Amino acid sequence: METMTAPAGMELVYRRPSTLVDTPMHYCPGCSHGVVHRLIMEVVEETGIQEKTIGVAPVGCSVFAYNYLDVDMQEAPHGRATAVATGIKRVHPDKIVFTYQGDGDLAAIGTGETIHTVNRGESIVVVFINNAIYGMTGGQMAPTTLLGMVTSTTPFGREQPVMGYPLKITELIAHLPGAYFVTRQAVHTTAHVRKAKKALQAAFEYQGHNKGTCFLEFVSNCPSGWKMTPLEANDWLEKNMLPMYPLGDLKVPGRN
Amino acid sequence: MSHKPEQPRLMKGNEALAESALRAGIHAYFGYPITPQSEILEYLTEHGRQYGCVVLQAESEIAAINMIYGAGGAGGRVMTSSSSPGISLMQEGLSYMACAEIPCLVVNVNRGGPGLGTIQPAQGDYFQATKGGGHGDYRLIVLAPSSVQEMADFVFEGFRLAEKYRNPAFILTDGALGQMMEKVILPPAGSLPHPEKPWATVGKPKHRERNILTSLHIESEKMEKVNHRLQEKYTALQREARHEAFQTDDAEVLLVAYGLSARICQKAMELAREKGIRAGVLRPITLYPFPSKAVAGAAEQASNVLVVELNSGQMIEDVKLAVNGRRPVHFKGRMGGIIISPEEVLAEIEHIVEHTQVEHV
Repeated sequence: METMTAPAGMELVYRRPSTLVDTPMHYCPGCSHGVVHRLIMEVVEETGIQEKTIGVAPVGCSVFAYNYLDVDMQEAPHGRATAVATGIKRVHPDKIVFTYQGDGDLAAIGTGETIHTVNRGESIVVVFINNAIYGMTGGQMAPTTLLGMVTSTTPFGREQPVMGYPLKITELIAHLPGAYFVTRQAVHTTAHVRKAKKALQAAFEYQGHNKGTCFLEFVSNCPSGWKMTPLEANDWLEKNMLPMYPLGDLKVPGRN
Repeated sequence: MSHKPEQPRLMKGNEALAESALRAGIHAYFGYPITPQSEILEYLTEHGRQYGCVVLQAESEIAAINMIYGAGGAGGRVMTSSSSPGISLMQEGLSYMACAEIPCLVVNVNRGGPGLGTIQPAQGDYFQATKGGGHGDYRLIVLAPSSVQEMADFVFEGFRLAEKYRNPAFILTDGALGQMMEKVILPPAGSLPHPEKPWATVGKPKHRERNILTSLHIESEKMEKVNHRLQEKYTALQREARHEAFQTDDAEVLLVAYGLSARICQKAMELAREKGIRAGVLRPITLYPFPSKAVAGAAEQASNVLVVELNSGQMIEDVKLAVNGRRPVHFKGRMGGIIISPEEVLAEIEHIVEHTQVEHV
């Protein structure tokens, strides 16, 4: 991996972490995935754990995460990331294992695996990207889609009598004794990005305690799926997503 | 390691298989209870610890097969087992593993179906096991034991083949072989070497490229290349086809049967020979690759072929392909968990012989 240097007389203040592959990402402009990918890989680089980190990317927009994250990775069937991660972690208890899942993957088709993995207290990091929509398949309703929100399968807005309520799975997870660290973050402003990175640093450090699952939700945008510009999407996220999915720690070691 | 010869033990098929798995040095087993194979999970939870084997009761067969995918992908020697409805739930994971080329061993203690069916023995899952089972063009390596001894031995053989070809291996057995007790000499622990797995996801050292295990190749040209590679592997696998023949050299009626049915056919063969009918039995040991040449060769000098299965006629399609119209291929089967008796098979043999003689008049 080449190291980046600043031109003479200039200070290098921003660079790609060496743990992130030098290639264009397929994500849409303004999408949160790229930011969260980068944050994870900054933590992996800064804590020197690249050689013992194994990632799991399941089906969804992030299915190609292994193209960008320079660590050993397995691609899992839709919803099964935490089961795959359980298998890896159980045969390599000394390694750092994380999953990177979207809302459809983690909170719809994979709800069973998600809950049972956390309930067993598997010492893995679960990164949960909640953008309230199925991005990969073209903007269908997700379990976390807000009431009234228009998607390609809720053309009249999500109606509770037909489609039920948005699933606050992170609150559910926080109730499980196997959950060690549960937090909800966002990356739509620089201040939020800084906080999100701190949460990721904590999660990867906590994994070494072997005391349970670290679960991080990132309330994210989907400008393409939401049919908004990136700026509109971030504004909409602030006004509509955050009241339903309030940011902050739900469970912190030693505090709850 | 002690080289004291093993004493024969009286064991249930499921338990012999489970003990053999521990001796084969499995790192992990993930499973879910279902009759008639729960003894495998129970035995391993009790005895796995002393071998340092991870044994985990998963929340579903879907989770179990994906734990196998993770642990096997991470380089472990891994196994799961289930029975028919549970094996159906594992098909998605098996398809992914076949494409990502993860070696593992999956055991199906077949019960009667379709649906929830019955807990009694059957062979109705032949198509599912040998033709792919899940989506896409792939094959599993399928071994069919017909004794408790083979329940133990084929664990070693399954892992040897799975690791040699980087492909999931499958033991297709049934509720009778899983539950019956027989004398067995267990293979010695530690006698199956662990091959290098440079492709495994174990963490990327500084100077190697990252290992990626995936079944996603979104560009059609790449996906076709992957398919070609898999098909080449399945072609190479054909050399591993195995069978066992009993008195086929002079057989006028060639019985073809696998697993439990093959044992029943051996008895029927003896009864037929007592009556002066020259019957023989060919037992495919590998159901995939199917021993087509052996079947064709044995059928060549017989006047009739009779396939006996505990289903409505599944392996008969492979037998017919092998025989290729050169001999009449008949079928006798029972379904729903009923085990066919040697007398029923004998009656069918007699019927065939009688019918053939009438035709010749």
